[in-house]
Amino acid sequence: MSELILAGLLALLVALAVVAVRAPDLLLAVIALGAYGFVMSLIWAVMGALDVAFTEAVVGAGATTVLFLAALLRMSRRRSPAASPLRWVALAVALGTGGAVLGVTSGLPRWGDPTSAPATHVSPRYLVRTLSETATPNAVTSVLADYRGYDTLVETTVILTAGLGCWLLLNPRRR
Amino acid sequence: MNYPYWVAIGLLMLGLYTMIAQRNLLKKAVGMTIFQTAIILFFLLLAVKRDASLPIVSAADVDPARFMNPLPHALMLTAIVVMVATSGVALAILIRLYARYGSLEEDVIAERVASDETDPA
Amino acid sequence: MIERHASVVVQTFVRVLTPLAQLFALYVLAFGHYSPGGGFQAGVILGATYILLALALGRDTLDRKVNQPVCVALGAAGVLLYVLTGVAGMAGGGTFLDYSRLPLPVPPVRARYFGILFIETGVTLGVAATLIILFCRLGEQESGR
Repeated sequence: MSELILAGLLALLVALAVVAVRAPDLLLAVIALGAYGFVMSLIWAVMGALDVAFTEAVVGAGATTVLFLAALLRMSRRRSPAASPLRWVALAVALGTGGAVLGVTSGLPRWGDPTSAPATHVSPRYLVRTLSETATPNAVTSVLADYRGYDTLVETTVILTAGLGCWLLLNPRRR
Repeated sequence: MNYPYWVAIGLLMLGLYTMIAQRNLLKKAVGMTIFQTAIILFFLLLAVKRDASLPIVSAADVDPARFMNPLPHALMLTAIVVMVATSGVALAILIRLYARYGSLEEDVIAERVASDETDPA
Repeated sequence: MIERHASVVVQTFVRVLTPLAQLFALYVLAFGHYSPGGGFQAGVILGATYILLALALGRDTLDRKVNQPVCVALGAAGVLLYVLTGVAGMAGGGTFLDYSRLPLPVPPVRARYFGILFIETGVTLGVAATLIILFCRLGEQESGR
C-alpha cells in the first residue's frame, strides 16, 4: 500500500516539476515550485525520513515560495517564449549526465536492501553506539551534531554567509 | 525495483536542462531548486531499508538492520537549509540585475551589458 | 510594502498561532534528542513565524518587532556559540568539538548530550536569523520599506 502511495506521489512530483519548468507565467512557476516542495516532503515522510521531511515542509513549501514571491513582486511576471539557442547543448549535457548516472545505478544495490554497502559501512556503528556514547536516542541528531559536528559547523557558517550576502547585496542605502 | 532512482535522475536531468536552456533567469533559479531537491531525494533513497523504523533507538533493541541509515539524513538536513539560503542570494542578485537592466532575459541583459561597455553613459 | 491582511479572522488566528508556533519551535529544539527534530527544524519554524507575522499583520508589524542589524548579530552569535562550545571542549583537555571534555560537572556521556544541546541552540539562532534577514531584504520595495 505504501508502495502505491509512493509511486503516486512520485508521478505527481514529476508532473509538478514539468509545470514549474514550462509555465509561461512566472507566478505559476513559483506556485508550482511550492507545491513541488510540499509533495517532496510528503515523499520523504512516506519513506520514513521524518527529520528531513519536517525541514523541507517548512523550507521548501513555505519559505522558498514566500521568498520567490517577495522577489517576484519587485520584478516582471512575464517570460519571453523564445527558445534559447543553447537548448541542444543543454539537452546533450542533461542526457549525457543522466545517462552516465543511470549507467552507474545499475551497480547500485536493490532499493531497500539492508545489507547494502551504505547500510553496513559506518552507520551501524552510529546506530549501535549512539545511546551509550552520547545519551541521545535520535541517531540523526547525534550523527549531525556530534559524530559529524565539523560538517554541521561549516554548513551553518555557509548559511549565515548566504544571509549576510543577501543583506549586503540589497542594502537600500547602496543606490 | 529501482524505479525511484530513475525518478530522481529524471528530475536531475530536468533541473540541469532548465538551468542551461531557459532564457529567463528566474526559471534558471527554479531549475536550480529542482536540481538540488532531486539530489537530496537520491541520497535519501540510499538510506531506506526494508521494514525499517525511524532511526531512533531505544536501549532494548539496537540491531542496525531494523533502523534506517541515519547518515544520509544528517547530511541532507543541512543541504536543505543551504538550498534556501542560496536561493535567497540568487534572488538578491536577480533583483539587482532587474533594477539595473530592466529585464530578466539573459540575452537582453547580455546586450545591455555590452552596450554599457561600448558606450559608458 | 506588504499590507495587513484584510480579514479579521486571519489576523486573529495568526496572533493566537504565533506564540504557540514559537513554543513548538522551542519544544522541537529541546526534544531533538528523543524525537525527530533538532536545531535546523526549530530554526526554520522560528524564522517562518516571523514571515507569517509580516504576511498577515503587515510589514510594519514585523519592522517593529525585528531590528535587522540586531538580527544579523544574533545569527552570528549562534555560530559563535557553536564555535565556543567546540573551544570549551579544548579547554577541558580534548580536541576541537570534543564534547566529552566540556567543563561541566557531569559524566562524559552526559557532557556530550549537553554539548549537542548547546550547538543545536546555536544552529537554531543562525538559521532563524538567516531566514528573517532573507525575507526582510527580499520583501523591501524600491522605496526602502
